[in-house]
Amino acid sequence: MATTLPVSAQSQGGIGTAPVPHTEHDEHLHEHEHHDQHWLWKYVFSQDHKMIARQFLISGMVWAVIGGVLSSLFRLQLGWPTATLEWLQPLLGKWIEGGKLNPEFYLALVTMHGTIMVFFVLTAGLSGTFSNFLIPLQVGARDMASGFMNMLSYWFFFVSSVIMFASLFLETGPAAAGWTIYPPLSALPQAIPGSGMGMTMWLVSMVFFIISQLLGGVNYVTTVINLRTRGMSMSKLPLTIWAFFLTAILGILSFPVLFAAALLLVFDRSFGTSFFLSDIYIAGQALHNQGGSPVLFQHLFWFLGHPEVYIVIMPAMGMVSEILATNARKPIFGYRAMIGSLIGISLLSFVVWAHHMFVTGMNPFLGSVFMFLTLIIAVPSGVKVFNWLATLWRGNIRFTTAMMFSIGFVSLFISGGLTGIILGNATLDIQMHNTYFVVAHFHLVMGSAAFFGLFAGVYHWFPKMFGRMMDEKLGYVHFWLTFIGVYLVFMPMHYVGIAGFPRRYYSWTGFDAFSQFADLNKFISTAAILAFFAQFVFIFNFVYSIFRGRRATENPWNSNTLEWTTPVNPGHGNWPGEIPAVYRWPYDYSKPGAELDYIPQNVPYSQTQSSNLPYEREMAE
Amino acid sequence: MTILTIGLVLLLLLVVFGLLFRLQLLTAIFSGSTNRDIGTSNRVNALLMLVFMVAGGGLFFWSFAENYGKMNPPIASVHGHAMESMFWTTMIVIGIAFVITHVLLFTYAYKYQHKEGRRAYFFSHNNKLEVIWTIIPAIVMASLIFAGWKAWTRITGPAPKDSVVVELMGKQFNWLVRYPGRDLKLGVINYRLIDASNDFGFDLSDKAAMDDFTAGEVHVPKGHPVLIKIRARDVLHAVYMPQFRVQMYAVPGMPTRFWFTPTITTEEMRAKLGNPKFNYELACNQICGKAHYAMKMNIIVEEPEDYQAWFAAQKPNSQNADLMASFKQMSQQTGLGKGGSKGAKASAIEEAGETPEADTQTSIEAPAQPLAAQTAM
Repeated sequence: MATTLPVSAQSQGGIGTAPVPHTEHDEHLHEHEHHDQHWLWKYVFSQDHKMIARQFLISGMVWAVIGGVLSSLFRLQLGWPTATLEWLQPLLGKWIEGGKLNPEFYLALVTMHGTIMVFFVLTAGLSGTFSNFLIPLQVGARDMASGFMNMLSYWFFFVSSVIMFASLFLETGPAAAGWTIYPPLSALPQAIPGSGMGMTMWLVSMVFFIISQLLGGVNYVTTVINLRTRGMSMSKLPLTIWAFFLTAILGILSFPVLFAAALLLVFDRSFGTSFFLSDIYIAGQALHNQGGSPVLFQHLFWFLGHPEVYIVIMPAMGMVSEILATNARKPIFGYRAMIGSLIGISLLSFVVWAHHMFVTGMNPFLGSVFMFLTLIIAVPSGVKVFNWLATLWRGNIRFTTAMMFSIGFVSLFISGGLTGIILGNATLDIQMHNTYFVVAHFHLVMGSAAFFGLFAGVYHWFPKMFGRMMDEKLGYVHFWLTFIGVYLVFMPMHYVGIAGFPRRYYSWTGFDAFSQFADLNKFISTAAILAFFAQFVFIFNFVYSIFRGRRATENPWNSNTLEWTTPVNPGHGNWPGEIPAVYRWPYDYSKPGAELDYIPQNVPYSQTQSSNLPYEREMAE
Repeated sequence: MTILTIGLVLLLLLVVFGLLFRLQLLTAIFSGSTNRDIGTSNRVNALLMLVFMVAGGGLFFWSFAENYGKMNPPIASVHGHAMESMFWTTMIVIGIAFVITHVLLFTYAYKYQHKEGRRAYFFSHNNKLEVIWTIIPAIVMASLIFAGWKAWTRITGPAPKDSVVVELMGKQFNWLVRYPGRDLKLGVINYRLIDASNDFGFDLSDKAAMDDFTAGEVHVPKGHPVLIKIRARDVLHAVYMPQFRVQMYAVPGMPTRFWFTPTITTEEMRAKLGNPKFNYELACNQICGKAHYAMKMNIIVEEPEDYQAWFAAQKPNSQNADLMASFKQMSQQTGLGKGGSKGAKASAIEEAGETPEADTQTSIEAPAQPLAAQTAM
């Protein structure tokens, strides 16, 4: 198999490496492809990165539906706090006795919605799918550096998923301490029943999840560094790969810290240690724990938690850059600035975590430092937005569905990102912390925007994934319903937040201060549930197109990157013959003097004399 | 039955949807539009982008204006006004950025839609432009950071020495309040001494604890700095008083604090809002369990004279027979609460770090007699 090839068979990057054909091993590989594979190895325990990507995608979609259902349930409660919802009894059983949602189960719904969406959908589903699918195809490799580890990465994720899913059905309910699982609430079953078995399973599931992320991440980094094809220097990589590469590094550096936090929490929960517990009197009993600090947990959690939001958004940024350039038929504006800003964001993402903790009793001086670092991160983010806008300027835009979602991404990223300037300001955070303003902010900037990146990616690379096209008309319907729906949900949510409505409230009716927006909450809930149902248009389109979609051509979008040089249904090993060599950057769109409005990366300068720029002319000789 | 009906309706809708989809697909194939690379839908979508910008933008600004009156909680503290103006200044700055970027995004999308025979402009970078749009946000950010930092240090700085001290303790699922009593010193507490009659865990062998008193609601005087000391006794909670623009976590094992100066009494606010039932409210804003959403306590802001009268009328711990009996029993059972016990001393040292002594050197106001002391006299 490709994975057993000696590394030397894969050529290293570097400009101007003489093209050496590797016919010998390519033929060898070809033979292998003809062996009939048992379906179990082909579809289930596959080591082919493309199959693993599809496994991640479909698992992610299943999780997204579950996460969406959970949010619809709690939006019902928030929109109609006095209604009786007896018709949900068959689904929720004892959690909705007499048509009244159990407040503890409400918290469990919120917790699981967050956990599922952040980790299982937007980390595994987004980065897992596209890092796996695109890294080998776009850098020109037969497969990941280790196909076996890659397979393990998916199956650890699968085990993690099974455990998390099973925890939904526990007698005491799933984890209910918020997705941030702050102790002591998450450490003490006396405090909330979800912190019993539910929390144990949450932690075990996350341990498997972290292992999966690390196995995947090490593979992505290794593949990008070592398995680039001839000529594919780092400065010729598509921005997708840069984004996946940096995302993987963030994951490798930050997930182990979550692992440590989870481990210490397990110790506190099960072995009587006091890392995070101190001076607690609960359920009529004074606990023995002394000297621990709940704030320590928050530091550990957000050391992962903040890079995590960039782990979620950066792959989307990379894909959107690629899709905008392809469909505007223009080079991405400021390729180097785009890489620079990705690196800047990656570095800064490690030193801003405590902006989640301005009012936790942390030393105010620390707050000043983190406010400073947090607001700096707006600069590279701003550069990205301006560069995307400049990419559209004087383009020749094709509105493919992927393009629509990419434009939607930019819009959502702006709308959600700007409010971060308010929340990153410690002074303003005193009032806004843990209100719906925060909820609106992060749902736009990393929730919805990352989802839009995911959709854009699926629509764009579907032809390479399944050999068929998705239906464009349905795609447009899906886009407009979702785009409008998302704004209808999250824009009014800012108003509710400015008014100070706290998040994770089962109902606000008890407070005078939070009584004025009952109608608006009804509106938000309606919009949210409709936007959720609109996603079934996508699911239908996806499933239908896998089996009945129009057949794709090799390069349906006239794109420059290497994945489009493979056959319609690339086999294991990706290219039937030799791996193409790379001569140019991936954004030679609408180059003056060129015959077509795109020049793929594998076309040498010697073949494009008419369009070569002065310095390229030298390289062609 | 309802479930069955809903299911059937959904199924029928799906079938209708599927048929419609099939129909449009077949007509598209027959009309040959599937063979065209870029067709009408490109123009329609480009136009929709523009429509979305105008309609969506209009709707947004209209609804924002419509709800503006409802989204501003009344302000009743000194620093609240500064925060409010900073908030809306920042909103205007980001509002401008929001409008500019969105207008560019959607008009470019419309204007540069695909046209047959046109070629996109090969424009890969422009250092001047990039420097400009790196530096401008950097300058704007720097000024916002500076303003935020100045306000933050002032708000979180040491409380004036003459502040009225109140201690709030969060527990599942209500707030406990105590005042230092006539000696102006909060007495030692120990969580191991907590029981049904001793919610706070007072260590009554400490003299300072004897005249402390607990209350059912928070009373504070208008126009006088108030220092809230904050504790939690089981899980995390957060003290959130939206009208005072106050928020601080309550952390078990780690006392926290926040000080502010209320500016409008409850009565005045009632008159101002025309709502005779209005009360300042204290909410919990950190998920803490089942009744997190119901952890409410009223805060009464009074004229200083009324506050002093209220303060004087409270019954100190020493007059609370239940508490005294319960403490006696607990201290016998646990061997704690002997005043000189190790735990009590440790707790007292921790408390010392929080008392006005530490503030003396850095106090920003001239030392004055705390209001409560005047009451005591």
